[in-house]
Amino acid sequence: MAAIDKYEPGTSHFLLGNEAIARGALERGVNFVTGYPGTPSSEIVPALAQCTQKGKLHAEWSTNELAAVEGAAAAATAGLLSLSAMKNAGLSLALDFITHLSYTGLGPKGGACLMVVCDDPHGHSSGDETDSRWLARFATAPMVEPVTGQQAVELVKYAFDISQKHSAFVFYRGYTRLSHASNPITMGELPQGAPQASSDSSVSLNPYLSIDKHQDLLAKMEAIRADFEQCPFNTYQGPDKPELVVVASGAGHLAAAEALETLGLEERVGLLSLATIWPLPTAWVIEHLKNAPQLLVLEEVDPFMETAVKEALVDHGLGSVAVYGKGSGHIPMSGEMTPDRALSALAKIFNIKAPARDEAYERLVQQEVAPLVISRGLSWCAGCPHRASFWALDKAIKADARDAYVTGEIGCSTLDVFPEGKAQIKLLHSMGSGTGTAAGLGQLKPFGYSQPVVAVCGDSSFFHSSVPRLINAVYNQADMLQIILDNSATAMTGFQPHPGTGNTAENTPAPRLDVAKVCESIGCQVTIADPFEVRATTKVMRELMGKPGVQVLILRRTCELVRMKAAKSHPYRITIDQEKCKGAECAVCSRDFRCPALYLDPATGKTAFKEQICSGCGVCVEICPFKAISKQEND
Amino acid sequence: MPLSPDPYNLIISGIGGQGNILLSRLVGRLMFRAGYQVSIGETFGAAQRGGGVFSGVRISSKRLYGPIVPQGAGSMIISLEPLEALRMISQYGNPGVKALVNSEGIHPVAVLSQKASYPSDEAMSAAIHKATDKAWLFNATKIALELEAPIAVNIVMLGGLVATGALPLDADEVADEVKASVPPHLAELNLTAYRRGMEAVAGA
Repeated sequence: MAAIDKYEPGTSHFLLGNEAIARGALERGVNFVTGYPGTPSSEIVPALAQCTQKGKLHAEWSTNELAAVEGAAAAATAGLLSLSAMKNAGLSLALDFITHLSYTGLGPKGGACLMVVCDDPHGHSSGDETDSRWLARFATAPMVEPVTGQQAVELVKYAFDISQKHSAFVFYRGYTRLSHASNPITMGELPQGAPQASSDSSVSLNPYLSIDKHQDLLAKMEAIRADFEQCPFNTYQGPDKPELVVVASGAGHLAAAEALETLGLEERVGLLSLATIWPLPTAWVIEHLKNAPQLLVLEEVDPFMETAVKEALVDHGLGSVAVYGKGSGHIPMSGEMTPDRALSALAKIFNIKAPARDEAYERLVQQEVAPLVISRGLSWCAGCPHRASFWALDKAIKADARDAYVTGEIGCSTLDVFPEGKAQIKLLHSMGSGTGTAAGLGQLKPFGYSQPVVAVCGDSSFFHSSVPRLINAVYNQADMLQIILDNSATAMTGFQPHPGTGNTAENTPAPRLDVAKVCESIGCQVTIADPFEVRATTKVMRELMGKPGVQVLILRRTCELVRMKAAKSHPYRITIDQEKCKGAECAVCSRDFRCPALYLDPATGKTAFKEQICSGCGVCVEICPFKAISKQEND
Repeated sequence: MPLSPDPYNLIISGIGGQGNILLSRLVGRLMFRAGYQVSIGETFGAAQRGGGVFSGVRISSKRLYGPIVPQGAGSMIISLEPLEALRMISQYGNPGVKALVNSEGIHPVAVLSQKASYPSDEAMSAAIHKATDKAWLFNATKIALELEAPIAVNIVMLGGLVATGALPLDADEVADEVKASVPPHLAELNLTAYRRGMEAVAGA
């Protein structure tokens, strides 16, 4: 795929939603881009990092989302156009700064700033499906949300205009079915010229005298609302006297359009689609709703628009209009918006039979297909260092016999809690939370707490937010073992670089921060081991578990997918001695270690392996209790 | 050229890492260039860790559809793995659905940990044929391994798709697109994979 600045204006290309957002930013002349990886937002920064030009466009992976939004906001105060991209969970980390930024605005230099936040309705790749639209109300900030990739491009430009005009940052909401959908996009012109950045030291941007500034902010929001009343991306399609109006935003629009087509309701039902979702363009909305006897609100995930629309109806004396949606139970309160959900809600309201699958076919599927379909859970890749690390941890905890308690966080190590993991992590929340929760548990000795406490985190999370928690643990003298699974990548989201990898988002060299030195400088005792040496790793875990103070064990081994990308070959060839293998009687390598390359062959009853999956890591050689597996170095 | 049905809902499924995203984008680009509206929906991110992944490619001569394929509305299922084909059939199948399936199975980790057993090739093949209007099953992995390029399974499948005639795809234009989508030193290999896929399905 070509870099997004290579496409000629007027030509059409197939772009991922996140690439469309990035292209829109390029076409509007964005200068300073920051972010932290998180599905489904992760492709925005790399798309722009491919097009950087000194003095014109900078793109970075920041250490965390707070640093990202601070950097972007600062660049806007210096007169630049900036953008920061993250997932919903990351925005939560950045809120302290963001709520103050609303009060100060972006200053007088004419800069603009978009905070792009991508939600993951249904939690396809997330620990929650939190709806970040509430944060626009919470932070008193404007928010926009596109429907298609092409609109995503245009709406970025519009949002920059609003930001620049009102000296206010604008939230731009993405969601999985936009960010990870691909559509044909027609390219616009790319601007020429380089900006001049400088700060205006005659003004102080701070939130204090906050009552006054809050009032100014509320007035600014009304001015933005007045602009939103005219926004060309808010549309109404349908009859003048509709029997019902669907109020849709984001994924709700296309779902509604398809359901109306399927049910043949296009002549009877209006479709009101909102791209400016906060503040609500109330006058425009009421103008289109005042003649509708009933409404259906289609959005994801929470009833955010539904709440705002109901408020507006009550305020305008239209409180008796029937509003269907999540509150009425026509649309479920959780999960993503689909054409099926829109269809079933409309069919119910209009008392039409929704088309369903042929009955005989449904029976056939239930009787002859469904029983064969076993689940395919996520697990670590073949050759993943984490499989070896958690294998060692499992062994160490069992041998230790003091019921050690493991806390974890977000990343590939999270796969431990999935059905095919080793089920060692018992407390897991957010990025770096393993360290913070372990620091709490590690101080409970006076309350009779006697279990050794073990925290795990990844290397990217370590820099992201584990460090201040580790400082807290040292300062407050917790007893804990911090295991850092250092695989030299932000692996789960696609191997983005971070402060420990020695390169930047633009693939230029960067100072490489040493995890061990950082830990030592804080005052931790540091040990380093190779997780592929599983026996030695188990031994060192046992030694460190329950020792006083903050112990750090760094398990250092590059992510197999990163290694393979560079090396292109496997270190070892594996052979299994069918005589020595005990097969189903033992099955330690397949049943317990669960390497995807190893399986019990029903034909022989012995272990076999799939060559196309095996990464040649050789860990199974150490795992096998009967020395049935051997490895030979590859040439 | 009119599509039947329209929208034509192509489901492309497999296991993370098999290259089904590239395959869906190749098909999407080709159909877009042929003048159709195309929308692809994917979920990826954590899904590459051994889980099942699928894309919905929605093609229409009428308008742009959303990326989510409605339940039971699949027009054709291309699966890089047979168990995933069955999973897609149970969700998106209907009496008119077609299927193009790589018959080489990949065991879920639940099978390794002996919590579930993997269905036999015969059972999967029988169910796929029974629950589709027409199905093409062939071992695309074997072809890719013969070419010493296990990663090329998706391109073998693309060749298979062209041979089914299910979509108005011109064999030479597809070959050009394959060539343009891979690094130059891999062009010949991928073109061979593409041709072998076409032959395997045409001969089946």
